[in-house]
Amino acid sequence: MSAAIGNTIVSLPDQSTAQIPKRNYINNEHGLLSWLLTGDHKRIAILYLISITFFFFIGGAFAGLIRLELLTPQPDLVAADTYNKFFTMHGIIMVFLFLVPSVPATLGNFLIPIMLGAKDLAFPKINLLSWYLYLVGGGLTLGALVLGGVDTGWTFTTPLSTHYLNTHVITAATAIFIAGFSSIFTGLNFIVTIHRMRCPGMTWFRMPLFVWSHYAASLLMVLGTPVLAITLVLVALERLFGIGVFDPAKGGDPLLFQHLFWFYSHPAVYIMILPGMGVISEVISTFSRKRVFGYTAVAFSSVAIALFGFFVWEHHMFIMGVSNYSALVFSLLTMLVAVPSAIKIFNWAFTLQKGSITFETPMLYAFGFMGLFTIGGLTGVFLGSLGMDIHLTETYFIVAHFHFVMVGGMLMAFLAGVHFWWPKMTGRMYPESLSKLAAVTTFIGFNLTFLPQFILGYLGMPRRYHAYPPEFQVLNVLSTAGATVLGVGYMLPMLYLAWSLKYGAIAGNNPWQATGLEWQIQSPPLTENFIEIPIMDHEAYDYEWLENKTKNEVTTVG
Amino acid sequence: MDSALATTDHADVHAEHDHVALPQHRHHFETEEQQREAGSFGMWLFLLTEIMFFGGLFFAYLLYRNWYYPAFAAASNQLSVPLGAFNTVVLISSGFCMAVGVWAAEMRRKSLLVLMLVLTTFFGLIFLGVKYDEYHEKYELHHIPGDSFNISMFTNPAGYGIKEEPLAPDMAQKTQIFFFLYFAMTGMHAVHMIIGIVLLFWLTWRAHRGDFSSGYVAPIENFGLYWHFVDIVWLFLFPLLYLINRHPLH
Repeated sequence: MSAAIGNTIVSLPDQSTAQIPKRNYINNEHGLLSWLLTGDHKRIAILYLISITFFFFIGGAFAGLIRLELLTPQPDLVAADTYNKFFTMHGIIMVFLFLVPSVPATLGNFLIPIMLGAKDLAFPKINLLSWYLYLVGGGLTLGALVLGGVDTGWTFTTPLSTHYLNTHVITAATAIFIAGFSSIFTGLNFIVTIHRMRCPGMTWFRMPLFVWSHYAASLLMVLGTPVLAITLVLVALERLFGIGVFDPAKGGDPLLFQHLFWFYSHPAVYIMILPGMGVISEVISTFSRKRVFGYTAVAFSSVAIALFGFFVWEHHMFIMGVSNYSALVFSLLTMLVAVPSAIKIFNWAFTLQKGSITFETPMLYAFGFMGLFTIGGLTGVFLGSLGMDIHLTETYFIVAHFHFVMVGGMLMAFLAGVHFWWPKMTGRMYPESLSKLAAVTTFIGFNLTFLPQFILGYLGMPRRYHAYPPEFQVLNVLSTAGATVLGVGYMLPMLYLAWSLKYGAIAGNNPWQATGLEWQIQSPPLTENFIEIPIMDHEAYDYEWLENKTKNEVTTVG
Repeated sequence: MDSALATTDHADVHAEHDHVALPQHRHHFETEEQQREAGSFGMWLFLLTEIMFFGGLFFAYLLYRNWYYPAFAAASNQLSVPLGAFNTVVLISSGFCMAVGVWAAEMRRKSLLVLMLVLTTFFGLIFLGVKYDEYHEKYELHHIPGDSFNISMFTNPAGYGIKEEPLAPDMAQKTQIFFFLYFAMTGMHAVHMIIGIVLLFWLTWRAHRGDFSSGYVAPIENFGLYWHFVDIVWLFLFPLLYLINRHPLH
């Protein structure tokens, strides 16, 4: 163990003879149209990766503006209504255009068919359509932004969104409606692929946990997103025709909107986090050279999260006048969701135990995920308890809580996954020491940004205001300083990953000595992934199988 | 034994022959069976999302019907049961033709398939025509929710020659919510029918070209699922919207 510290398992081919495979999915066809009209899941994943990165940095710019305004207690950078538009745009872009598609549409799209031993997803054209819908949704969101913005918050709370605001609510709602269908099609494609396209021998319990967590997330996408769609249709109709389905003055019920909206938007939180959990399972196993501890428990906990996730939505509405008894039930159910999440964290911890751990970049991000997600999850239990929630809800405590889960959890997992599979996607390695620096920077910046917000929230600073009492300034300055560090931490990967496309060391098939099917084929893969369809004769994470395989194998590259 | 082996061989040859015969086989599926199963599984999942989509509306209906029952009953009584019942029969006929069409495709009977698709379209169009007539009547009565909505028919039914209990003005105002749900639900249903009819034109053209006459029936089957789903939605909408409080024997 002590000898392993500082060592790495990266096994790159001899760099003097190493070559990128002559034929692969990137150079199989040429020209812009061959990308824009492709049915290849790997190319669509790359298209998605580029577009979500674009929207991530736009959303991030708004986060920067928000933190800049909050640097001082006075409202000096922007007026209140502009500030409202900032956090609305930040929320809409980050939730619907980055977090929801982040891991599934990029890594999931790229890897699920390969992990199952299939040539492609079940419906390649629908997969492409999903990317175009995403672009239309993204374009409309930018349209709403350019035309003057939206200031409802990403939650479109009625009757504020339907009666009191004169901004581009309908444009933004249409954008989310369309982006929602992109997510439905991704989920549908995954479910059908996982059910029908597994290679011979690939039983359900031989699938990598990455696939299991995507399966659970896809169920949520398919069942939840349509409800959001119809809710937004109702908001748009109410705005257009002035009918009163959510308007108490006309007999409508604003709480109905809350029920419908959170019926999707709470499961959406699990749509965002579950695929990230799949990434973490793969990374932790690979860099501790051990089968994931309690594979079955981790697999079923994904499904359990998806199932429980549908029955907790009312915890967003505890202070909105719901009945005390139903609040009690939903509080209990909310705490139950912590159980499968904890099962995952404990199982990853046991996977690490006595493993041969190495500290490559993806592993650093995965450690970041485990710590930050645990804090985010536990503060969720605070918020799920009825008494605490009354004090903490609508304060910065909530902001800190969901940023710990979404940014500390999902974004860390996304970056872990992008680094982990980067050699497979591009055939080249990222620069290891620089990326370790980025991982550490991100971790420090993140904690500096969001830990003070827990205290701010506990002290009573409400969210969504552009000014605050002067005694909160120290903590806000810390938070803004942290956001700056965090910004650097996110810029770095974009720069060095782009650099590595041309100058990175050639990775070879299996630089991590990982067991997944995707690591047994060339990098970057062929358009149809496999030369012949594999037959799965061992379970996922079988390192003995890998050892026997590599022992008897002549490695040639190129 | 020999004969059994011979049969298997023959089946293999036959499968091989089918493989060559169908240009619709997509390269990334191992077998046509897998392609067909994936297609129909995907369609069922899509219908599940549709159920959730309509589910939001049904949930709103459930809530407001419980809150404003008198308004819902009075407003519902202004819908025409004969037209609604006629449309139900029309839609079931359309669904029947579609089912026969799927059978015809499986039996590779091209002309019967085309005829059935045309009939399905025809009944679908009749449904939409009747629906248009009903909407138009509501428009003339100012029963379209919005600024021009008029509640006088519910506060003063006797003035319109309707034998109903008058509603108090605030309850009568709630008929607007009924009519909103009526238009939202039947409108969303009609949008699905219009999409279906556009697809039917395309399928009829392809059927006429002979695409579905050689054993490749997946598009017809999957469209059939969609069409029957739209039918079933109507079978729920009709009683929920038209038959809230009818007492034909009184």
